[in-house]
Amino acid sequence: MSVLSTSSIELIARLNRGDVTSVELTEVSLDAITAQDANIRAFLSTNADAAIAQAKAIDERRKAGQPVGKLAGLPIAIKDNMCTLGLKTTCASRILENFVPPYDAGVVEKLKAADAVIVGKTNLDEFAMGSSTENSAFQVTRNPWNLEHTVGGSSGGSAAAVAARMVPLSLGSDTGGSIRQPAGFCGVVGMKPTYGRVSRYGLIAYASSLDQIGPFATDVASAALLLEVISGHDDRDSTSVDRPVPEYSQTVESAPGRLTGLRVGIAREHFVEGLDREVEAAIKQSLDVYRSLGAEIVELSLPHSKYAIATYYLIAASEASSNLARFDGVHYGHRAAKFDNLIDMYSASRGEGFGAEVKRRIMLGTYALSAGYYDAYYLKALKVRRLIRRDFDAAFERCDVLASPIAPTPAFRLGELVNDPLAMYLSDIYTISANLAGIPGLSLCCGLSSNGLPIGLQLLAAPFEEEKLLRAARMFERATDWHTKRPI
Amino acid sequence: MAELLTKEIVKKVAHLARLKLSDTELDLFTTQLGQVLGYVELLNELDTSAVEPMAHVADIANVFRDDEVRPSLPRVAALSNAPKTDGKYFVVPQILEEG
Repeated sequence: MSVLSTSSIELIARLNRGDVTSVELTEVSLDAITAQDANIRAFLSTNADAAIAQAKAIDERRKAGQPVGKLAGLPIAIKDNMCTLGLKTTCASRILENFVPPYDAGVVEKLKAADAVIVGKTNLDEFAMGSSTENSAFQVTRNPWNLEHTVGGSSGGSAAAVAARMVPLSLGSDTGGSIRQPAGFCGVVGMKPTYGRVSRYGLIAYASSLDQIGPFATDVASAALLLEVISGHDDRDSTSVDRPVPEYSQTVESAPGRLTGLRVGIAREHFVEGLDREVEAAIKQSLDVYRSLGAEIVELSLPHSKYAIATYYLIAASEASSNLARFDGVHYGHRAAKFDNLIDMYSASRGEGFGAEVKRRIMLGTYALSAGYYDAYYLKALKVRRLIRRDFDAAFERCDVLASPIAPTPAFRLGELVNDPLAMYLSDIYTISANLAGIPGLSLCCGLSSNGLPIGLQLLAAPFEEEKLLRAARMFERATDWHTKRPI
Repeated sequence: MAELLTKEIVKKVAHLARLKLSDTELDLFTTQLGQVLGYVELLNELDTSAVEPMAHVADIANVFRDDEVRPSLPRVAALSNAPKTDGKYFVVPQILEEG
């Protein structure tokens, strides 16, 4: 079994003891990518030479007893919509196929300061628009548990890279479930922090009021460690919140007994028609686990749940149509070879550079924001967004965390939904509300379906209650062994 | 709220969005966007006349900083990804017609 089968926390302990070196870990990671990624196709690019050089430098510093960062020597993969200085960042789009950022994203600076070793950039749905990673302009990522099934999306490459143990950690971004749903489909831990917890500086924007960067890991404590490293205020992101960063990696393990009085909420709107029976059974068993640990299960209602998808697609598409206006063939990205005049240069460059789903969302957003439709669509959606947030505020008066499925089914088959955009949108039902409300959420494995696919449990908490969320997840993980299951 | 989405409207939106679409794409998007717009009609069930719109969840507004010069990208770096430059500026096709 690969050394990368163990948790990041354990790997750091081994590195500190001198049992293993960062160069060894990085080589194992790069070898695993070479061996496995021809089938899984999680990576869009690798950074082998620089990664080995960096690992070597960290090993030397560690050996010399010099101070090293919290992730010192650990290989990590980054979703290819976060800018990496000198390292191609494509958003899985033709329009950015050759884009080499002249600066690092805020989170990438933090990873480098923590001495993480960046081994590569991972595949995604183009501009993070999708729920299956099939919308990548370059390749389809396959689920390590069953290559005929999707990894989910949009951070599918980052989820698969951890699930297949090609890296112990990765970063994704979550606009409507894009970390939590692929984590659920791939049987790993994935977390979307509170909006504003992590800087979006250098994250190529899809829907700015919903986007948030977060960790993937093999286990809850390792996810907590990565969250601790990437969190914090950044004055280059005006929505980044200036409040202290707790030591998540420590508090996640502290005083499990004090969670005896944990109140786990379940919303009756989450257990309705369309929910797969095996998924429902796995979630109900998870609630039994919490009961057996002394938690109280509180049944409650999120009355505006059924409006979340419509609200989300109007807001996200509107913001996308505005954000993606920057791709005009002038400052960076693809420019068409043939055009008649300036306007035609914009239109031809964009028509050639964007894929179908990106075009659909730009069109929907442009329509929703255009004169005569603004009030009926965009403004209406912003009002319903407030109602959805109020539902959660009321819910968290009565419970500490909300438990639900991560998706109505385990990972669907490749090709099953890709030609039916509305059906694909509807598969996001359980994850989307958290982005509208700006609250933190986490996905962890809570079962396997009869055909061997992971089933994800979603936990949500009130804004900035990441510590509670992580502790509640760790409590479940300690009592079960689902996180130890591996794709065969 | 919505009138029937026609290919003509889709064409107009594509122009507003500066997207050159093929005829096949126009047909496909007319159908698919029509379905999505039909679905979002669901929101009309709700009376939101007394609800303030929520553009943003973060409880922060008007983040100011001092108006002082800070380092920015060097010109070479800023131009490094441009499709066309003259070494100093971004180069675009002629904008004004000759008079």
